[in-house]
Amino acid sequence: MKKFVALLLAVVMVASLFAGCSSGESEETKAPVATEGAAAAPADEGTPAGTIKVGSIGPTTGDYAQYGKAVENAIAMAIEEINAKGGLQFELLGEDDQGDPTMAVNAYNVEMQDGMQVLLGTVTSGACAAVADVANEERVFMLTPSASSPTVNEGRDNVYQVCFTDPNQGASAAQTIKSLGLGEKIAVIWNNAQDYSTGIYQSFMEKAEEIGLEVVADSTFSDDSNADFSVQLQAAANAGADLVFLPIYYTPVAAIMQQAGAADYNFKFFGVDGMDGLLDISGFDTALAEGSYMLTPFDANKTDDLTSSFVSSYVAKFGETPNQFAADAYDAMYIFYDACQDLGFTSETTPQEICEAMIPWMQSYSYTGLTGENMVWAADGCVSKVATAYVIEGGQYVSVD
Amino acid sequence: MTAFLSNLINGISLGSVYAIIALGYTMVYGIAKMLNFAHGDVIMVGAYICFCCLFDLGLHPALGVLASMVVCTLLGILIERLAYKPLRQATSLSVLITAIGMSYFLQNLAQLIWGANPKSFQTVIPAGSVNLMNGQLKISYVSIVTIAASLVVMAALSTFVSRTKMGKAMRCVSEDKGAAQLMGVNVNMTISVTFAIGSALAAVAGVLMCSAYPTLKPTTGSMPGIKAFTAAVFGGIGSIPGAMLGGILLGIIEILGRAYVSSELGDAFVFAVLILVLLIKPTGLLGKAVREKV
Repeated sequence: MKKFVALLLAVVMVASLFAGCSSGESEETKAPVATEGAAAAPADEGTPAGTIKVGSIGPTTGDYAQYGKAVENAIAMAIEEINAKGGLQFELLGEDDQGDPTMAVNAYNVEMQDGMQVLLGTVTSGACAAVADVANEERVFMLTPSASSPTVNEGRDNVYQVCFTDPNQGASAAQTIKSLGLGEKIAVIWNNAQDYSTGIYQSFMEKAEEIGLEVVADSTFSDDSNADFSVQLQAAANAGADLVFLPIYYTPVAAIMQQAGAADYNFKFFGVDGMDGLLDISGFDTALAEGSYMLTPFDANKTDDLTSSFVSSYVAKFGETPNQFAADAYDAMYIFYDACQDLGFTSETTPQEICEAMIPWMQSYSYTGLTGENMVWAADGCVSKVATAYVIEGGQYVSVD
Repeated sequence: MTAFLSNLINGISLGSVYAIIALGYTMVYGIAKMLNFAHGDVIMVGAYICFCCLFDLGLHPALGVLASMVVCTLLGILIERLAYKPLRQATSLSVLITAIGMSYFLQNLAQLIWGANPKSFQTVIPAGSVNLMNGQLKISYVSIVTIAASLVVMAALSTFVSRTKMGKAMRCVSEDKGAAQLMGVNVNMTISVTFAIGSALAAVAGVLMCSAYPTLKPTTGSMPGIKAFTAAVFGGIGSIPGAMLGGILLGIIEILGRAYVSSELGDAFVFAVLILVLLIKPTGLLGKAVREKV
């Protein structure tokens, strides 16, 4: 009996692990996409047989799950829309890497075995750089929605980014603070365990020195100690800072704002695109963010047709407001869809053929989507698009012009 | 000076959270002789339950705390019954691995139920602070309540273990399981009660921790769990005052280390101190040396 119970428990545990890992793709997306694809294809005349297999790798479980989930959900949604149009059909191969480079390379190998033709990933910079090494050698094209570190495409011609690069953002943050006159004495709190944050921090500091912004306090935290910010806030207050620059993701931003509020500090905050998502954290008191500034390419409150239809169908499908990661991923899928139409890819095209065709195509291509107008790419794989500064007023983003 | 004092208070407040978590670790270790690595994740579940009661159901904070204590107690008993009890005769290594598995199970289950997006815990304690020294030194209500709660919990637990019949049974089981059984102590029952109490404490710790550090996600409990385990070993695992002392010291060391030495090395300090203590006094600060009888 005891043995039976133990065995049963073991089975339940193992099963639940799998359920946790793949809940995003298996139930919601993989099955319907595949079946709808198969059903819709014959209905439309002149469609190539079979589906083009698109890979996605990201942390769908673990500490960064909110980013990986957003990317996978958005790609799945874009594929569903495209498949419903008839014509070219796509299938999503989604794997979890928990943001870990080793797991990401394994996930890449699994997807290659499953017949992946292009990789829309990976989500996090560290893992992306690791996968890019392998993909560069095997000549597989990567279009990453969100890995923004320059280490991702440095020295590799096959990796393109939909998101801003980190140096780009750090410099424009410093420029914006200076030109809007937001602060005299600036404190920076950044995550030194993260490529993203470190990259923005470095370029911010360079630009700040160049244009004469005074940085009075500079403190860090890491992924393992991201709950308590009393020390960093204390240091900023002691140095007499009036503006705190936060080149970090929105989860620690929320914690910092709450702790600053609880301790009665009156700082102005300035965030970057990682701060997008802050206002949608359930339970977060948006009054704490009132008057904070941020740079972001995507605003879920924008009222243009593209944004509002994307946001409303995302909310209907997944029950939450899409963040910037989801928007970048959605754009990535549509960019690849354009490429497939222009270059005539089919399910028979090899990853290598796609890669060699995509590289020159990307450099001559211009795209207007959720995260920017007339986005163009340089040969190094970096996108150029405009970062808009927003201020949070009445729980909404209001553009600063 | 005021900066030092406010860092010290922040340290004590963080340490009090570690202390309450460490109490759960140390009790279970003392009595069942196993490291319950799922303890940190029970904290996370407790915080989620309280979050749901407050945010989704709009209940009074006191009811939220009570509900999360009840759910965690039941969860603790359930975990013990299903995962650990069948392994009572197994080697300690299998129990340890099961505990780690249980920890991941709870994390993934929480992600399945509540999703991967972080939630922002609404504090159950009113925001604001007491101003001392002409407003230069601010002590937030959250810190005061956390410190007070941890002292109350420790005092209650010590009284329970030293004064009640069940407490006596716990001490018996902790000393010698076989002998206790021969003397008519219901060992299984005692261990279940220990888990129940430990898990109720975890709920309190979860609510207090998330009131002070409001980011709530499925992995919220894991790092504080590991640090609290360190605190329990630091103070002498198995000892209730030891867990308390270890927790508070650890919090102070972490905050002061981050404030005055390097904000990057806060965690490194915590674990360096652990290594030092174990080298000099292997049983921890208040641990009793048990001589192996040959």
